[in-house]
Amino acid sequence: MSGISTTQFSKYNAKIAKNRATSEPAWVRWTLIAAALLYLSLFLFMPLAAVFTEALRKGVDTYISALVDADALSAMKLTFIAALIAVPLNLVFGVAAAWAIAKFEFKGKSILITLIDLPFAVSPVIAGLIYVLIFGLQGWFGQWLSDHDLKVIFAIPGIVLATIFVTFPFVARELIPLMQAQGKDEEEAALVLGASGWQILWRVTLPNIKWGLLYGVILTNARAMGEFGAVSVVSGHIRGLTNTMPLHVEILYNEYNYAAAFAAASVLALLALVTLVLKSIVEWYAARSARAIEQN
Amino acid sequence: MKKSLFHISLLAALVIAPTAQAADITLLNVSYDPTRELYQDYNTAFAKYWKAKTGDTVSIKASHGGSGKQARAIIDGLDADVATLALAYDVDQLYEKGRLIPKDWQKRLGHNSAPYTSTIVFLVRKGNPKKIKDWDDVVKPGVSVITPNPKTSGGARWNYLAAWAYALKKNNNDETKAKEFVGKLFKNVPVLDTGARGATTTFVERGIGDVLLAWENEAFLAQKELGPDKFEIIVPSLSILAEPTVTVVDKVVDKRKTRAVATAYLEYLYSEEGQEIAAQNYYRPILDSVAKKYEKSFPKVSLVKIDEVFGGWQKAQKTHFADGGTFDEIYQK
Repeated sequence: MSGISTTQFSKYNAKIAKNRATSEPAWVRWTLIAAALLYLSLFLFMPLAAVFTEALRKGVDTYISALVDADALSAMKLTFIAALIAVPLNLVFGVAAAWAIAKFEFKGKSILITLIDLPFAVSPVIAGLIYVLIFGLQGWFGQWLSDHDLKVIFAIPGIVLATIFVTFPFVARELIPLMQAQGKDEEEAALVLGASGWQILWRVTLPNIKWGLLYGVILTNARAMGEFGAVSVVSGHIRGLTNTMPLHVEILYNEYNYAAAFAAASVLALLALVTLVLKSIVEWYAARSARAIEQN
Repeated sequence: MKKSLFHISLLAALVIAPTAQAADITLLNVSYDPTRELYQDYNTAFAKYWKAKTGDTVSIKASHGGSGKQARAIIDGLDADVATLALAYDVDQLYEKGRLIPKDWQKRLGHNSAPYTSTIVFLVRKGNPKKIKDWDDVVKPGVSVITPNPKTSGGARWNYLAAWAYALKKNNNDETKAKEFVGKLFKNVPVLDTGARGATTTFVERGIGDVLLAWENEAFLAQKELGPDKFEIIVPSLSILAEPTVTVVDKVVDKRKTRAVATAYLEYLYSEEGQEIAAQNYYRPILDSVAKKYEKSFPKVSLVKIDEVFGGWQKAQKTHFADGGTFDEIYQK
């Protein structure tokens, strides 16, 4: 009796094994895993390790003095200013745009979506040149700005504008699919129960999208701090005045100052790592709150 | 509340832009690629000189890049008090395209507004494995040549013209043969960087190419920074006298009221100390006493002048580097 059932069981088991997706021979599986790991270490871990080894090659003292150098500090400051202005602006815009697109039907909706995607499609260099053409001395508003002693390009406002342009789509792109999936049932319910517009926004819409929103902000921030192309065009490369961190890295590298260049690069790399950690935490929380909702 | 904060920060960002204080003067020197080290030294020296003379503290900001690109930035509104570019044509553009300086700017300072000169030499890897001795070796098939883009880089235009001048002399002024020669040279160029420093980095750091056509000062500097055991300088039989030119940008200094100090900044380049600093940074001084002192540092080359062989920068630019010019024909082949 028991003998028969065992045979039946092992037959059944064999059948499962046969139909499993991972039934490939071991060597195939290991080759694939090895290839993936090799690829990762070649293109991700190695450059990351290289940045830190190069940065510390001439010792910790050189590393620190490269970071507290006046030009480096001013580059960091400028990078943070650009991010501090670009991120909140794009956050507000992103929420507004995603809300309009996901919850309402209106004419020209697809045009709006296309426009939001424009910065993804346009090369950052072109983005920079657009601002030169508009605000440059030979550009549309150049003479007027010059007469009123206002500077846009080759000064902080130009760098902020370029940063805003390239980071424009991140929040909206993150939120649109999320809000579309959630639908508008909850908002409608709130409306029927007598909630005002602001109440719906603060009590219903925002809590539903908070993790997606945070994720979008993190991406926006990472891009804002790392942007090179567009900012390079409008910066003018004045040391200690209009250089952001990525531009500062390039300048130091071109001056044969490799240790300092990599020290500055390591700060950017650290920022990236912090961003990744934050991103993982946000994803984890988002998944947990999604599970909690399902269980209810 | 949040919104008003944005307005304030935007406004602040708009206002922060340059406004000089009473006795603290800032100057912006917009220069070409390889002068970083020269002007780092010179700025310190000038600040000291100016403090002693007037009591004012002057701090000089610098921006470096390909010479043509830098001229473009000044035309587009980069507030340069002084422009110290790689060649007269790029400075001419400040008049032509932006009316920022008068037409006869070059007569305002001595020596046609070129306070130091340089020339074009070859930088090769240690031991000279491809046996490059002169321009003829550079155009041989299989030799990889690094030079920046003549459209954006001043040094690259000097490189190009030096090769052209050599070919002309070799072929009894036959323009067709010269074009063929330079065409062969650019067939050997795998990558065009936008500025001289980018090209040097491509050659010395990334290890691409057998020979770098470089400013003499850039070649010396690369050798000094990266070790004389790694690279050799080869001096061709004929090269070109490169005259980097400087000017005060009138529209900017009048607006910022910095004309006096900006002019003094450039004039001091011609002084004994300015010339010494130039020579120490491997630029050929024009002041006789300093030139004599550093005679041994600079190899003797037979140098042609752009005015004699090419009829000046305006003409050379039009024939060779303008859209549809000889360089475009050569490089598209």
